[in-house]
Amino acid sequence: MAEIRSRLALLSQNLRYRAHVFPLPARSLVSWAEGLGLARGGKTILYTGHLYQLLPYLRVLREREQGLVRGKDWLSRLAPVLNPWINVSRLAILGREERRLQEYYTGVLRGVVKLLRKCGVEPGYLYEKEYYPGTLAYDLGLEGVFELQARRVVRAFREAGVRTIITVDPHSTALLREVYPQLFPDWDFEVRSYLEILFHQGRHLPLRGEEGVYLWHDSCVYVRYLGVVEEPREILKRAGLEIREPRFSREITRCCGGPAETLFPEKAGELARARMEELSTLGPGTVITLCPICHFNLRAVSGPDQRVEDFVRVLRLEE
Amino acid sequence: MIRLRPEWRKIFEARGRDLDARRCFNCGTCTTLCPLGLKVLPREIFRYALLGAEEKLRENREAIYACLLCRLCEVNCPQGVKITEVIRLLRVYLAEEDLEVRS
Repeated sequence: MAEIRSRLALLSQNLRYRAHVFPLPARSLVSWAEGLGLARGGKTILYTGHLYQLLPYLRVLREREQGLVRGKDWLSRLAPVLNPWINVSRLAILGREERRLQEYYTGVLRGVVKLLRKCGVEPGYLYEKEYYPGTLAYDLGLEGVFELQARRVVRAFREAGVRTIITVDPHSTALLREVYPQLFPDWDFEVRSYLEILFHQGRHLPLRGEEGVYLWHDSCVYVRYLGVVEEPREILKRAGLEIREPRFSREITRCCGGPAETLFPEKAGELARARMEELSTLGPGTVITLCPICHFNLRAVSGPDQRVEDFVRVLRLEE
Repeated sequence: MIRLRPEWRKIFEARGRDLDARRCFNCGTCTTLCPLGLKVLPREIFRYALLGAEEKLRENREAIYACLLCRLCEVNCPQGVKITEVIRLLRVYLAEEDLEVRS
């Protein structure tokens, strides 16, 4: 019980004082865009929501936090007192495996930009002015700091002259599409997922994919919050790829366990293993995910002969 | 003995938030579908919330925070209860208590 309290306090403080639930050095959030020549701001921007950048750090950060909140009782009580003064997140150092994952996710984000450009969309980017959307705070009921963060996000959009926001993950998309408009009566931004752009504006693209057997894992948020079911399937079909689907797919897809990762990592692992087991009954093949949290969580429990790939990474553009 | 405060939900109503759980008729579809297999989620929790059994809610804090918000229960709820919104509201209540931000 004290552990939940301490974790909530740390997350809440980080968001209030550092504008992030897991404050990392700014470079680790924006370096994926190096050399892409993305304009600063503009009417249409790519909004990363920081999930792909954050995930490689998650385990390292959690282990550090566990040292604080799972320590002796006095340490658990002291952690929220110390946290405003000592930012433990900045001390996170990635191991070899996490660096590999960071490169992989950098490839996903760069892949999205490449696909958008081929669709005739040239997005800008807010770089260090891009704020974390506050997803975790919203989900955990940290309403006050969530609203504070949402105001920062919207202010940055307004200052940069943004009209259309292109998202790359389902969680940020759902938050900006369903929750932000309720908070801001003057909300007039258009929120589009890169999947929707690729589906509608990318019909002409010469997409290809690596030959193989693909096992499909739907994201809960895409299918049950946003109704995005057919679009990614159709895109893969255009690329000539066929997928196998488990019994629990589409609107009844099973959760990867990722949302439990912050407070109950053991439960997250159990659910991910159960889902991977279900997918493996379809035979050997590469699991495709659409959400970075799903990718991170399923990959973490995959065996040496199992591959888990992000949707963007299985698509190839014929030159 | 469980102490009940039926007027408890007015905390939410006063903020313009509806504790949508009133429509729940306790069929158990949600509990059967819950990927976490937590027997207390969500219908039993909803009864506590509607009756204002605050102590019971506190006792089940872990289950309330464990919910994945995956909406598997919600899309199959015959009464159309916005289950994840109710869970979020309960978290708001508990988090404010935990962080001592409620006046």
